[in-house]
Amino acid sequence: MTDIKNEKDSMPGNRVSDSRFKRSWVKLKRNKAALIGGLLILMYVMIAILAPLIYRGNPSAPNLMKSLETPSIEYFLGTDELGRSIMGRIIYGSRISLLIAVGVVFVGFIIGIPLGLISGYYGGKIDFIIQRITDTLLAFPGFLLALALVAILGVGIKNTVISIGISMVPIYIRLVRGCVLSVREEVYVEAAKAVGTRDTMILIRHILPNVMVPITVQTTLGMGTAILFAAGLGFLGIGVQPPTPEWGAMLGSARSYIFHSPHVATFPGIAIFFSVLSFNLFGDGLRDALDPRFKL
Amino acid sequence: MLFFMLRMLPGDPAQVLAGQMATPQEIQNIRSQLGLDKPIYQQYAIYMGNLMRLDLGRSARTQNPVFEEIWARLPNTMLLAVVAIGLACLFGIPAGIISAVRPYSWIDYTVTIIALFGISMPVFWLGLMLVVVFSVVLKWLPAGGTGGWQYVILPSITLASFVVAFIARMTRATMLETLSQDFTTTARSKGLTEKIVVIKHALRNALIPIITVVGLQFGMLLGGAVLTETVFAWPGIGRLIVDSILARDYAMIQGVILIFGLLYILVNLSVDIIYAFIDPRIRYD
Repeated sequence: MTDIKNEKDSMPGNRVSDSRFKRSWVKLKRNKAALIGGLLILMYVMIAILAPLIYRGNPSAPNLMKSLETPSIEYFLGTDELGRSIMGRIIYGSRISLLIAVGVVFVGFIIGIPLGLISGYYGGKIDFIIQRITDTLLAFPGFLLALALVAILGVGIKNTVISIGISMVPIYIRLVRGCVLSVREEVYVEAAKAVGTRDTMILIRHILPNVMVPITVQTTLGMGTAILFAAGLGFLGIGVQPPTPEWGAMLGSARSYIFHSPHVATFPGIAIFFSVLSFNLFGDGLRDALDPRFKL
Repeated sequence: MLFFMLRMLPGDPAQVLAGQMATPQEIQNIRSQLGLDKPIYQQYAIYMGNLMRLDLGRSARTQNPVFEEIWARLPNTMLLAVVAIGLACLFGIPAGIISAVRPYSWIDYTVTIIALFGISMPVFWLGLMLVVVFSVVLKWLPAGGTGGWQYVILPSITLASFVVAFIARMTRATMLETLSQDFTTTARSKGLTEKIVVIKHALRNALIPIITVVGLQFGMLLGGAVLTETVFAWPGIGRLIVDSILARDYAMIQGVILIFGLLYILVNLSVDIIYAFIDPRIRYD
């Protein structure tokens, strides 16, 4: 058993991927911006998971006697127009935005990656059809496409995830297709075909792992964009609906009170900013570490 | 595509327009008035025929022709977009050039950090914060609406912040590349000043990708316009689409999205034409 393991470890392919991974890891660790981004993401995820332990009250329960209070010992970040703790709503809001970001990436993954793989691997008519649909979707700027889809599907968390997810699908298709076009010409793909491996197996076992680097980078950066888009839709009143504590919707309702209570609009915006910044910092660092060719 | 997507919607638009208290006869009348009782391919043929005559239908909310409503608000959005893109180029391109000329210096890091902050900043939040500072606290500028030039300042700065970071990053990347090319070394070895090398030799060659990014960012700007116009109560087509979505005014949504798509295509077409002016090697025969 040990011999088999040692034999596997000593295979040239494994050594190459191991050293590449180590090199990338060292590069990532040296990148201070990426480290800060990673730590911020970790903090954000921990806040989302431990929300009920960090804030024990109900973030949606109104208390009109405490309406629009400025930050104090009792309410660290003050209260909103319905007397709800802004800090509590921001803490619970992290769960919603994280849920949306993960959901959006999932939608992009399950639709975009298979279509990109098929389009790039098979080429021909199927590639032509997929690419023309992608072109049409790319003719609309991302946020406008998400906006149009929300107009069609309606408001709410589920539809926000689907709309933003679909608006990101063309990006995944293009990215995966581009990578597949170069990978499919590699010798190991030819070898797999020569020994009679099925196309599905070639796509999953040989091509997909080799296009995972740009997908990972895009996923990290895409999560930041997803949070920003979801907050934008929430702000316009067509995303996640009140009383769900969503950062964009909090800003949307704070708009009417900024003249006498600016703090209501300040803190949810800072939360959005730092969460997006963390994914952008980490995504940029990841791109530099994994594949510098993708650096803009 | 949008036409078919809107038709796939669950629910009956005629019912929505007629209201909850409407009788079946009233709903049927609205359905035939809108042509919704015809087969979908006929509806599409009628829609495309009307589109050729710039007839985008009537707004369910205001009962006015969609094209007229869009046409009345389009100049406001265009004014905002043009000022914003101008501001973004004015700050983004020089910032990118300085960054590339002094790579890995404190100024480069500062520009990079500001650009990253700009990309991560929610545009609607920045707009609200600008209102708090310049309208509520300092009382220098109006918080919203239209009027003189002072009404354009805050919305256009907000909208420009959306794209300035991308322009600065792209300028830096392309300038770094052109500054390391042989022709730049030749220009330097001829004894030309650094200013001439950077502006006349490097920047001129870096302009094509920069302009491409400016054209592509115009699409982002339209997305940003929807949010900015909402923050500043700016009567443009961005705010119009939000109001239409909230009122489920499908004819208007369809019309505005179509106009947004057309604008995006027109701007990118203009970018293609500008290429030929900037780079004499590009010719469209």
